[in-house]
Amino acid sequence: MRVLRRARGSNPHRSNPRIRRLTGSLAVLATAAGVLTACGGSSGATPTLTWYINPDSGGQAAVAAACTKASNGAYKVVTQTLPQDANQQRVQLARRLAAHDSGIDIMSIDPPYTAELANAGFLAPIPQAEQQTLKSQSFQGAAAAATWGGQLVAYPFWSNTQVLWYRKSFVQKANIDMSKPVSWDQIIKAASDNGGTVAVQANKYEGYVVWINALISGAGGSLISDASKGVDAKVDVNSPAGADAAKVIQELASSKAAPPDLTVAQEGQAGSTFEASNGAFMVNWTYIWHNYDSTDPAVAKDIGYAMYPETVAGKTSTPPYGGIGIGVSAYSSHVDLASQAAACIVKPENQGINAELTGNMPASEAGYQDPKLQKLYPAPLLKLFQDSLNAAAPRSVTPYWSDISGAIQSTWHPPTSVNSSTPSSSATFIEDVLKGKSLL
Amino acid sequence: MSTTIATPAATQQPEKKVVFSDRLVAENRLGQRLVAPAVILMLLVTAYPMLQALYLSLFRYRLTDPSNKSFVGVGNYVTILGDSLFWKDTVNTVIIMVVTVAIELVIGFAFAMVMHRIIFARGLMRTSILIPYGIITVVSAFAWQFTFSINNGWVNSWFGWLPGISSTTNWYGDHWHAMFAIMVSEIWKTTPFMALLLLAGLSQISEDMVEASKVDGATASQRLFRVILPNMKAAIMVAVLFRGLDAFRIFDNIYVMTKGAQNTESSSFLTYRQSIEQFQLGMGSALSVLLFLTVLLLAYLIVKFFKVDLAQARGEG
Repeated sequence: MRVLRRARGSNPHRSNPRIRRLTGSLAVLATAAGVLTACGGSSGATPTLTWYINPDSGGQAAVAAACTKASNGAYKVVTQTLPQDANQQRVQLARRLAAHDSGIDIMSIDPPYTAELANAGFLAPIPQAEQQTLKSQSFQGAAAAATWGGQLVAYPFWSNTQVLWYRKSFVQKANIDMSKPVSWDQIIKAASDNGGTVAVQANKYEGYVVWINALISGAGGSLISDASKGVDAKVDVNSPAGADAAKVIQELASSKAAPPDLTVAQEGQAGSTFEASNGAFMVNWTYIWHNYDSTDPAVAKDIGYAMYPETVAGKTSTPPYGGIGIGVSAYSSHVDLASQAAACIVKPENQGINAELTGNMPASEAGYQDPKLQKLYPAPLLKLFQDSLNAAAPRSVTPYWSDISGAIQSTWHPPTSVNSSTPSSSATFIEDVLKGKSLL
Repeated sequence: MSTTIATPAATQQPEKKVVFSDRLVAENRLGQRLVAPAVILMLLVTAYPMLQALYLSLFRYRLTDPSNKSFVGVGNYVTILGDSLFWKDTVNTVIIMVVTVAIELVIGFAFAMVMHRIIFARGLMRTSILIPYGIITVVSAFAWQFTFSINNGWVNSWFGWLPGISSTTNWYGDHWHAMFAIMVSEIWKTTPFMALLLLAGLSQISEDMVEASKVDGATASQRLFRVILPNMKAAIMVAVLFRGLDAFRIFDNIYVMTKGAQNTESSSFLTYRQSIEQFQLGMGSALSVLLFLTVLLLAYLIVKFFKVDLAQARGEG
């Protein structure tokens, strides 16, 4: 021990308290200077904009790189990935924005939650001139889904829709004419009678509400109306359209065409059901077209596509609408630059880049002109996607969508329990939840 | 007579107190100084959030609609206690707690006996029994989710020959199947913890006493029920108390395996959903206050049921 003390004492720098204090002070100053430089925005370095994205197969990262390059050094866009589940994305964004977190500059927002974030004041306003450009370039449904309080509050980036995918070999065997619109009733019967399955998304999650919303809209109804009244919105589920929707779900759930995992099926499980030897029909998003290219080329060759099925035979269907809008955080340290970056991200050519890499289709007709996209998808399929988007029914735009969606999930799940009284009980429950009279 | 005896005792008692009081006072002061930082920290990180939760529970307050914050008094509590979902979730929680703790107690005791008695490869055996407890709950819940999955889950593949199970059994398709899967996952994960606590109790039992009962001709079951278990009462109570309260707060397994579908929600899950997913901070706070009170009541009942001196349970007896 003594030896150790001597050894330490032999070091002149350690033995002199003044030098030690000076060295310590310099270290503290150097650290503080480093921290301040890193935190400050006025160092002259290129500002970095953080874009919170939903997980994808590289499309948004490619667009971020393209916009960084296009900015000529004005800004750099980096991406951070949000959770897989749309509701979890909403939770993370809202919690951080409520705390005025300046670490978020740009964000990818799922359409049903845009109104909630905008209503809370979390989104920076989009300049009027920019709004006009975006409205004129985007599909009507994409613009409607990104509008709250009469203003466009998110930049429409990509727009997804569901179509009816079928196995060509199966419809040939079942002798169904797929060149004409088909109804749910038709495909359920065809699948049941010929040993096939109809794959849907019916787990207790947002995807199930997407299906229910499409069924009700397809029958001419809606989940709610007067959404601008917030918690006093009119709940319309208990209607003839709601009854038609419940009838379809009940029919499928009780038929032989129902997959064994119907009650837990999400997009992925539906894809697996469709891939199985008895797969017949499936409603699912656009990226399914290339889903089996490498995993099951035989299935990939056997895929056919048609417009979303009709809830009521003879009544034009209203397919589900999905997508992503780009929001700029009101608490970003670089709102102006972030707005410029958002405008760049949603340029039609960048929508095309994203669509090529992810299979998530552009929010504008111009985005569909991307040559690579046209090479990747057959022209009739690209036309079907656009027709489907034009006919699509977005989910109600309201700040209380998560309450409505949760109440629907609670009362319509499992699909095997749906019957003629479901629309009535769900309407009462939604009203109670919105008024704070019931727990969700 | 009684006065005669009491008087010397009364005269001697203060003397003893005087002898120890100075040291005790000094020790107490030192103890207070040593404990003070921890108490301050506890007040900051525990008491303050609890008081904040109590305060928020009196308001209708949504995180994404802060301008509409309104005082509702006990309104949130009235809504909760009158809601069938709250009671349904409480029943689920109690079922999970009672079933899992009871099964864990039996299996955990068997494991503890093995760990206590085994001589060959003792360290290896103890480590392998304790492995599940070392795994992060979310990770084990994901593993069990796939285990019970209808698509390629090994429960269906391996036990398809059992009545009621086939390759297409949907374990998350109805309430009881899903509850079963959740409870299996919970038991697998936490039985080692129960075993560890019981092992500590087992090691406290005097071997001489067990040997003496053997010499007196007690059978194995007599030794178990009349010697070992009664002497482990304090350890069992601690194990049941810890695991009971832990099981009552079950969340991770439900969140990963069912996300509350098929009415498999627990009280904690309901609180999470109200506060974190629905952003209803007032209602969520009221739920967390009720959860805290229930846990408190539960702890009191468990201690009462076992009728164990707490000093003994702490190992001071």
